[in-house]
Amino acid sequence: MAFSATTKIIQPMCINSARSPDKSDTCTKLLSPSSFLGSNNKLFSINKTISPLSRRSATVVAVSSDVVKKKKVESNPASNLLITKEEGLELYEDMILGRAFEDMCAQMYYRGKMFGFVHLYNGQEAVSTGFIKLLGNRDCVVSTYRDHVHALSKGVPARAVMSELFGKTTGCCRGQGGSMHMFSKEHNVLGGFAFIGEGIPVATGAAFTSKYRREALKEDCDDVTLAFFGDGTCNNGQFFECLNMAALWKLPIVFVVENNLWAIGMSHLRATSDPQIWKKGPAFGMPGVHVDGMDVLKVREVAKEAITRARRGEGPTLVECETYRFRGHSLADPDELRDPAEKAHYATRDPITSLKKYVMENSLASEAELTAIEKKIEEVVEEAVEFADKSPVPARSQLLENVFADPRGFGIGPDGKYRCEDPKFTEGTAQL
Amino acid sequence: MLRILGKKLGATGFTALPAGLALRSYSSSAKQMTIREALKSALDEEMAADQSVFLMGEEVGEYQGAYKISKGLLQKYGPERVVDTPITESGFTGIGVGAAFYGLRPVVEFMTFNFAMQAMDQIINSASKTNYMSSGNISMPIVFRGPNGAAAGVGAQHSQCYAAWYGSCPGLKVLIPYSSEDARGLLKAAIRDPDPVVFLENELLYGEAFPISAEVLDSGFCIPIGKAKIEREGKHVTITAFSKMVGFSLKAAEILAKDGIDAEVINLRSIRPLDRSTINASVRKTNRLVTVEEGFPQHGVGAEICASIVEDSFGYLDAPIERITGADVPLPYAANLERMALPQVEDIIRAAKRACYRSLPMAATA
Repeated sequence: MAFSATTKIIQPMCINSARSPDKSDTCTKLLSPSSFLGSNNKLFSINKTISPLSRRSATVVAVSSDVVKKKKVESNPASNLLITKEEGLELYEDMILGRAFEDMCAQMYYRGKMFGFVHLYNGQEAVSTGFIKLLGNRDCVVSTYRDHVHALSKGVPARAVMSELFGKTTGCCRGQGGSMHMFSKEHNVLGGFAFIGEGIPVATGAAFTSKYRREALKEDCDDVTLAFFGDGTCNNGQFFECLNMAALWKLPIVFVVENNLWAIGMSHLRATSDPQIWKKGPAFGMPGVHVDGMDVLKVREVAKEAITRARRGEGPTLVECETYRFRGHSLADPDELRDPAEKAHYATRDPITSLKKYVMENSLASEAELTAIEKKIEEVVEEAVEFADKSPVPARSQLLENVFADPRGFGIGPDGKYRCEDPKFTEGTAQL
Repeated sequence: MLRILGKKLGATGFTALPAGLALRSYSSSAKQMTIREALKSALDEEMAADQSVFLMGEEVGEYQGAYKISKGLLQKYGPERVVDTPITESGFTGIGVGAAFYGLRPVVEFMTFNFAMQAMDQIINSASKTNYMSSGNISMPIVFRGPNGAAAGVGAQHSQCYAAWYGSCPGLKVLIPYSSEDARGLLKAAIRDPDPVVFLENELLYGEAFPISAEVLDSGFCIPIGKAKIEREGKHVTITAFSKMVGFSLKAAEILAKDGIDAEVINLRSIRPLDRSTINASVRKTNRLVTVEEGFPQHGVGAEICASIVEDSFGYLDAPIERITGADVPLPYAANLERMALPQVEDIIRAAKRACYRSLPMAATA
């Protein structure tokens, strides 16, 4: 089955006249594909049936290799490395935190401290770290039930996440949400959704808010939203509806597909008519990019482009990250359907070992420094467990709280207090 | 041996059981069957008996069923009849509805009924209303089944009980089994029924074993839709319940018996059509009623039962009707809050005592 990837992305004409003047040149930028978009056409030439393993070997090296070469020359003239030492250590620390935290979750689950559904992120750390470490505090992240590491990368303290998993009142949602529902207003983590596909419209809405603030409220707002979801979600209707609207209205969002090839026990190839998810982007008028999700540096380069594009107001990007989860779908999943050879293959591409190798080969840091980071993270995670253990369970009175923001129903006044408590409030004929 | 006999007979569609046959000699050995086994055997037998019955849903095939209900069915019937779908509830439910339009008998499995909310349009607008809108031209022999209600610690989005929502829709039949006998008989009845049936199971009950009699094992065994079962006869107070709450009510009844309160426990089995005559007859006998359900209180099943009793048996009530429901909050994750948000045996006991005027006022027990 031969096909040609689109080289020209047909962008809609600039119909949104409410744009502020300094963004007017984005129209012309859109019509000519940049090098970032142009590299799509070198991507694939699949003309045989593909099994999960051979698909990987048939894949041309990720698109970002072109981008990577260019960046090497441009951004770091002094050295030809992708990252500085500080960045390398930051990325390493974040990935180690994700891995150590998830491993601790598994231990705690089997000891009965955690319960319900727990979905672990082992193996996919490169995607979370690669994307989220480029964001500022005001940028939003929306995730699925596999959200512990997204919350951690965004800055939610490990002890808050661990307490939440234990169901304690010191958790980030005071024990009311659980593993699948991590929310944080302070760090702009908008969840944590149990239904796949549910987070994508929410993320699109956050991006819409950002654009609204800039254009209707005339604030200086260039916040970007990242929506993380999996390969199974890409067959769901909500995904397509949001791709359409995000591209139509040029929302500042990046759709990040964590394609780990499996939706519980359903292989992506069995569930999808065309398994190449990145192609669904150009169908809606946005660039679609495929990247090796087991390599944090490649993910980071692609993420930089996508996020900068969104910040400039050029609209959404669909990024498909080829990644793998080392554990089962959840801790209750016996994981019998995946081929051990496939698991072994991806274990050799562990993102943490790859980054460690890169850092040491390029003499960015010594082994001692990396080991020090590992020890530090071990202590952080153990402290988080101790903190969660010692924290109290929610009080009985907490059961009925937070159903509404305004339970009494008379409204919240401009000073933030309930209107009915204001002495000048007149209730008319209503009984207070 | 009995099962093989039953299957051969069942292939002709109906089994007449000669009374006094060897079957009687088996009924003394109380066989145990889990709900999982009951559902699987019902599906298996119906698929064997009728080629147009097929199962579709997420993970029903190669994964052997998300909760192992359809274990072995893919191997037995092949991928055309046990269809693994992508994660598109709205899409595959619609496909099921379309297949039912054109003469097949689909069984659509939802991983939980929470996920069925993505397919609500197809269930309500397409499936339930079509027979009416087409004036009987097009019937819809489809079954929607899956776990419903709270499991353990799975959070707000995985724990809602949908009995009341589906129960309010004309055009749907809503069944909700408790024991293995219920599960087997009602599922068989649902699959043979020419109308859309919503079959609400319970995840926590899947592994529970119940004693069953020999008749239940027969492949022609069916339970009539719309009849409740009196699980325990009593004379002081009627307790209506469904699904897991039947088990809790029976436990509560045992404890109440020690206090001299003889409770009659009714297993509703069918939310729509609701067996109003059985409930009313029971209340006319005992004069007191406690309704128990796991779902949210407002507009719940208990509310409908209360209205029915007030309309038909008001004069027979000796005490206000007590409703035990889940708390009026999305289900919290923390284990202690979750326990507080769902009805427990103690809550049923307290309510029954209140109905019998044998307890302290509510404020004191808080």
